[in-house]
Amino acid sequence: MHIMWFTERAYHYLPEEEVLKRRSFFGVPNSFFDAEKGSQLLNQYLDEKIYSDELGFDGVMLNEHHGTPFCMGAVMDVEAAVLARATRRVRIVLLGNPIPTVANPLRLAEELAMIDMISGGRLVPGWVRGAGSEQLANNANPAYNREYFDEAHDLILAAWTRPGPFRWESKHFHFRFVNPWVLPLQKPHPPIWIPGLISPETVKWCAAHKYPYVALATMLKPTLEMWDLYTAEAAAHGYQAGPENFGYLQPIFVHETEEKADELGRNFLFGGGFANFARPEWMFPPGYNSKEATRRLASLYANPNLPGKTLVPQHLHSMNDIAAIKKAVYDNYDTAKESLQIITGTPKSVMPKLRKVLEVLRPGIFSFWLDGPAPRADRMTCLKLLGAEVLPAVREIGKELGLADPFQVAPGSRPLAASGRPERVGSPEALAAG
Amino acid sequence: MAETNHKEETFRVGETELRVIKGGQGKPLLVLHGELGFPGWLQWLDALAKKRTIWIPLHPGFGKTPMASWIMNVRDLGAFYSRFIREQKLAPVDVIGFSLGGWLAAEMAVANSAQFGKMVLVGAAGLKPPAGEIMDMFTMTARGYLNANVVDSRTNPEFAKLFGGEQTPEQFEAWEDARAETARIAWAPYMYTQSMPELLANVSGLPTLILWGKQDAVTPLSAGELYHQKIAGSKLTTFDNCGHMPAVEKPADFIKAIESFLG
Repeated sequence: MHIMWFTERAYHYLPEEEVLKRRSFFGVPNSFFDAEKGSQLLNQYLDEKIYSDELGFDGVMLNEHHGTPFCMGAVMDVEAAVLARATRRVRIVLLGNPIPTVANPLRLAEELAMIDMISGGRLVPGWVRGAGSEQLANNANPAYNREYFDEAHDLILAAWTRPGPFRWESKHFHFRFVNPWVLPLQKPHPPIWIPGLISPETVKWCAAHKYPYVALATMLKPTLEMWDLYTAEAAAHGYQAGPENFGYLQPIFVHETEEKADELGRNFLFGGGFANFARPEWMFPPGYNSKEATRRLASLYANPNLPGKTLVPQHLHSMNDIAAIKKAVYDNYDTAKESLQIITGTPKSVMPKLRKVLEVLRPGIFSFWLDGPAPRADRMTCLKLLGAEVLPAVREIGKELGLADPFQVAPGSRPLAASGRPERVGSPEALAAG
Repeated sequence: MAETNHKEETFRVGETELRVIKGGQGKPLLVLHGELGFPGWLQWLDALAKKRTIWIPLHPGFGKTPMASWIMNVRDLGAFYSRFIREQKLAPVDVIGFSLGGWLAAEMAVANSAQFGKMVLVGAAGLKPPAGEIMDMFTMTARGYLNANVVDSRTNPEFAKLFGGEQTPEQFEAWEDARAETARIAWAPYMYTQSMPELLANVSGLPTLILWGKQDAVTPLSAGELYHQKIAGSKLTTFDNCGHMPAVEKPADFIKAIESFLG
């Protein structure tokens, strides 16, 4: 099992009301950004990653978002480059680079190759389409998002593996002299993992490419359904999927006492958490979704969007409204814990919950997710406890359940049964077991 | 809602099955719809259809006519329609273009003025406004954008006819199709061609009427004034207390202006 941890690197020195009244982190004016505090935070987050190298984690996971206090990793590769040199052991897992928003995929191929070289071959790159708001923040045409994604992916792999110089002319990318001299250390190229919020199109694409799919803190039941979709698609491509094809990101806060962990875990809901990442009109810019996804949204958003009303109120007029929204946000905490969307507790008390998640999803890749505006010392305590106590216990469960990671079993290498019918990887029985 | 009989027909243009709404009688009049698609048959169409055969092609990718992936900008779309006009032997055809459709008409006029008899631009996109900015439809919902298109979205009867009541899933899907195709062809520069002020010198001998709402919040009046300045012999008519949709907001004045121009 590959065990890593993740944090969004949020900037949380802003009034929570600024997010709540907009129902969105994206779009909060950057006049609220204090560069001194930002600098201190970015270094704190890097220090945590470096510290976790000593704690026995197999990997550190980074992501990238633009124009939002939700995540300061606007150029994740810069952080990855620092970690490539400052850590010795952990894999640097980038989930993922929003390739449709990168105007120059060749430059990205070179950046990643340098990170792989400097780290001594510890890079795991991954690709995402980018949230809708990312398209706006980078002025990347959302109607060509899928085309950019496919072409940039193919160009990066070609740049890494095809002897140069060669010419690249696709619909959107035109390079007449592709011959990068800095190539990845890992051959033929670094392993590629893909994170996501269980969009069926992406899940199927991953299965076709034999790329492990890492579900980002999604609800267990629909996640299991996506595992089945991946497994069926894998069978159509002639292989049996296994734990090595799947990963899961688990929000968690561990502390010395239940009470303290519970109190700090609430911070995941700061500003409404991921639910308020961005407003619908920014999350679903034109052409970003497939026709099928648009139809699903049509029924979802048809009713509240009456004449004279915007989808989400532009402004709330009184503090009472904000107080009510805030209450609604934090009232959701218990539900989130019950469904295991957030796990809190002591190293001992979190284990049955983690076991449940592992038994249901059987992922070969597992990432803890630590977030919210918690004090630095408490984050360090959480990390230390995760590393010293939770991680070894999770590793034992992984062994017991046979959760091979992509470095132990190459994704796509398991033979399919002679019948051609794949075996299910996750366990609905474990989910139903209560 | 229609007094005049109109129907949908299909014409083949290259590989594309172009859907066209046709109605009325007499000399053809080409109507190029805007960025949210053809909204529906209104008063002004009834009035003009008494003397003209109205041709309203539904742009490729806007839902009914399939997307043509080779069309990547408004000039490509203009070339598509030039072929359509030539093959249907419509030239020289009178044309009215609304917003994105106005930009489209301007691109076509720049490429070949002779394909048009007379041209009407209504709140046309296509130029970077010398003052103000073109409203960014891509950071809003379709509904929010429509509301901002007019001065009064609450009591205008024509607006209510088109967009009143609860938004249906079909409407949402149609608007998403329109927004997606508009993004494909007009994302950056947003809603204009950088060289348009210079290119407009190629429009010659084409009687042109430019219609604009004085309170247009989508394409500022300054763009209308620039069109007027750059298209030789053009006439600019503005409407008071009117936004981006004179046909909807000021139907009587709009019909009068067009009828007296087209003759």
